[in-house]
Amino acid sequence: MAITDDVLVIGGGLAGTVAALSAAEHGGDVRLVTYKQSTLRHATGLIDVLGYTPEGEGPLADPFDAIDALPTGHPYERVGTDAVRDALLFFDALTGDTYGGAHTDSNALVPTSNGTVKPTARYPVGTAPGLAADPADTLFVGFETLPEFDGPLAAKHLEAAGVPFETRGVTLQFPGIKRADAKVTRYAHLLDWDEAVDIGRGETGARAALAAGVSDALEGETRVGFPPILGDDNHDVVRRDLEERLGVAVFEVPAGPPSLPGMRLEDQLYHALEEAGVNVTTGVPVVDYQAGDGDRIEHVLVDRKGQQVPYAASEYVLATGGLVGKGVDSDRTHVFEPIFDCHVAHAEDRYEWFVDDAFGDHPFASYGLEVDNELRPQDANGDLEFENLRAAGAVLSGYDFAAEKSGSGVSLSTGYVAGDRAGAEVSG
Amino acid sequence: MATDTEVLVLGGGSTGCGIARDLAMRGLEVTLVERGNLTHGTTGRMHGLLHSGGRYAVSDQASARECIQEVDVLQDIAGHCIEMTGGLFVQRPEDSDEYFQKKLTGCRECDIPARVLSGAEARRIEPYLAKDVKRAIQVPDGAVDPFRLCVANAHDAERHGARIETHAEVVDLLREGDDIYGVTVRHDSGPGKRTHKTPGTTEDITADYVVNATGAWAGQIGAMADLEVAVRPSKGVMTIMNVRQVDTVINRCRPKGDADIIVPHETTAILGTTDEEVEDPDDYPEEQWEVDLMIDTLAELVPILKEARTIRSFWGVRPLYEPPGTGTEDPTDITRDFFLLDHAERDGVGGMTSIVGGKLTTYRLMAEKISDHICDKLGHSASCDTADVPLPGSENLEALEDAMDEFGLRSPVARRSTQRLGSRSREVLQTTDPNPVICNCESVTRAEVQDAIAQSGSDLNAVRIRTRASMGNCQGGFCCQLLANELHPEYDEETARAAYDELFQERWKGERHALWGEQLSQAMLKYALHATTYNADGDPARTGTDVNFEAFDGGQTDTEAGPSGVVATDGGPRNRGGDQ
Repeated sequence: MAITDDVLVIGGGLAGTVAALSAAEHGGDVRLVTYKQSTLRHATGLIDVLGYTPEGEGPLADPFDAIDALPTGHPYERVGTDAVRDALLFFDALTGDTYGGAHTDSNALVPTSNGTVKPTARYPVGTAPGLAADPADTLFVGFETLPEFDGPLAAKHLEAAGVPFETRGVTLQFPGIKRADAKVTRYAHLLDWDEAVDIGRGETGARAALAAGVSDALEGETRVGFPPILGDDNHDVVRRDLEERLGVAVFEVPAGPPSLPGMRLEDQLYHALEEAGVNVTTGVPVVDYQAGDGDRIEHVLVDRKGQQVPYAASEYVLATGGLVGKGVDSDRTHVFEPIFDCHVAHAEDRYEWFVDDAFGDHPFASYGLEVDNELRPQDANGDLEFENLRAAGAVLSGYDFAAEKSGSGVSLSTGYVAGDRAGAEVSG
Repeated sequence: MATDTEVLVLGGGSTGCGIARDLAMRGLEVTLVERGNLTHGTTGRMHGLLHSGGRYAVSDQASARECIQEVDVLQDIAGHCIEMTGGLFVQRPEDSDEYFQKKLTGCRECDIPARVLSGAEARRIEPYLAKDVKRAIQVPDGAVDPFRLCVANAHDAERHGARIETHAEVVDLLREGDDIYGVTVRHDSGPGKRTHKTPGTTEDITADYVVNATGAWAGQIGAMADLEVAVRPSKGVMTIMNVRQVDTVINRCRPKGDADIIVPHETTAILGTTDEEVEDPDDYPEEQWEVDLMIDTLAELVPILKEARTIRSFWGVRPLYEPPGTGTEDPTDITRDFFLLDHAERDGVGGMTSIVGGKLTTYRLMAEKISDHICDKLGHSASCDTADVPLPGSENLEALEDAMDEFGLRSPVARRSTQRLGSRSREVLQTTDPNPVICNCESVTRAEVQDAIAQSGSDLNAVRIRTRASMGNCQGGFCCQLLANELHPEYDEETARAAYDELFQERWKGERHALWGEQLSQAMLKYALHATTYNADGDPARTGTDVNFEAFDGGQTDTEAGPSGVVATDGGPRNRGGDQ
């Protein structure tokens, strides 16, 4: 007897969680099945919609003009500009005052940990005071035990990128960190719980000790950028407490994995799933499927400790990710979609999957499923693979999210639309 | 104004560095110039096999005897550069019994310890060997890190007063009549350690004697003085696996052929190779079929290779040579012995000798013979000590074990660091400053990176060959930016940026040959991290785009979410340790 729901979403990243949430708005039973840790934990928590055109033009101050001009087959072209706007409204409602950017169509330019700027449409409020269009002089604070972010170097690099304010950087010792290999969560928890730290002449709270060090380094700057370690559970309190102590604005500079801002967004999304009554099954892979009547999926098979268990639903959403998340996989001769074996167009010769410039126009970066306007995967002839399957997020073809800076926006928009359509089918 | 030296060595591979060390230890004034990094040519592009001599035991017994003698020497003087893994010559059912017997006899004739193992015995040593492997001959093969070996030789030459100039390309040989008296070099960024973006300069270096140790490029150097050096460059592919599928060198026991060796090397295993003559050692095709051939053929010996993950492939060019008139058709038949071409004797042009042929395992012996020749030419009498004096890093290795836990590093990191640094561990790792790990795949800490930067300047590829940083599974995905950060503030922002760009593109060159399965996924992650998170591709500082910052969202400044809010904290635990 199969476990049965109305809508089954496969994949627990941004596209999958948003698909499950938008499907649940229609009232049916929704289940989300996830396997590995989602790529949200690698990501910065920024919601990039479109920073550069496919031709490389940018950074784009307004992503929406460019979205209208995207070529046929781009995920945004498939769902339409209005759906992108609806999806952003959905995200804004979901995240409330924890995210900024909803007040304008314009992109923001956010300083990055290597000292450049990147265009994005929504940003955590902890990042908001650092936006590069704000001409406030900035001090970047790095820590000698966190080698990814070098404050002085990032400051110089931003200057070279032409930001309209003075930049300066310092490298400090992080109070209470004794080991050079402490995890980023250790830094965050020191601040979350304001733990007592030894400062050589007695103990003090970690926040006071950090603020004292930064305060000494300030030379009139009105804002301070830190690596993204300003608290985990009590992030907002930590940041505001530091602002109060320093008398200047405090923000986080997004960085690579493991990324606390990405994890904070993941926490919010999973909390919302719980609120919406979505059944979440974690830690198990979907490995196969059973075809039913016509071109429909009867059920999928979930591997639970070597036993294949059927999970059935009326509608399915595939949000397993791209090459990184393994929603698209490959061997020496083929690129394929491993669960339903949906068609993935690719060059026969694997030496045509890439180009010779590391940041060139790589074909592999846009490999994925081709879909109709309802986001249903199509075979090589343009016919539907299945009537009751939709795809969302990085498993889709037709865009290079890394070059365009469009990954989160596409996941959000297509997840929203795929979930909404699937939910409408079962409630209709 | 020319600078002058007694001996000028051209080429910073194992031969050149070995000669520089040998002559400097004999008290001669030596300058070595290399157009790229040390090992940039052939030395850095080999499979890392330390030959017991077994591979030459049938075809070239003189070379085989030299190999086994030099393996002994290297264990004494270069312990931190080699790993005595042992090796097997494996016979499959279809491989000839006659050749197996010849190999065994040959090894014994050359004093190479050799023992016959049954298929089952061989599989007990290497469980992933194919089930139908028939027999094997066990020999004392090993693995050598050519980067570490070369750098240690150059470093020791410097300690003995030599001048080592990398990124210094020879653009002309200085010849007057029948005498060569020096070279003109172009320094990529001025003399001394390399710093990106520093303007290039040229320099004339005159010398009493010039040694052309440029290997596959020896013909190009010779041509600058109208001398013909008929080196026959032959390319070979090497494919790097993500883990050591084997811990022993695995050789196929058959006369000759492509794809017949697997060398365990540091954290990886290297599959090799092919042997195909090329016209130009700097420009030859690198092709898919060569990579596929490595995997498919060597999977006959170790079947799991078929499904295993490769992290990159690279090609090297052998400096093969044979005396005029030998006329060997197939490059695999050309001898691996080296030739000393004294242009005075050969061409009537004095002042220079070219070295061609040879192999890494016997680099020291070659250097000794060549140095003898040069001393003879210069009338300098001094004996060779290179077989007895350990290289820096290999002194008192037995004392190293005790020092392992002194550096405050997690034990796996400390173990890897001390394996690389050998007896220099204390000097490099003993620091009171925080010493975080910069490259996680290869366990390289800041102290080791800073030591490499102090040696080699802002060139992160030079840091890479010294430390292995960015050579693991992620191919620099997580550490390229961190390595660039380490250059600052000694080097400025523009230099750090250029160094990152150069390392990133260099890594990509080899990754391209491994782009399927797990490694394509890894490559996409790397691309996504550097393009999405760092926006390295759209960086206005790189693209020169003039960004109108005012056109972008500057934040919502009129609400409670605005910046510089001196906002009361709204709860949450704080100040458990007391405020100040």
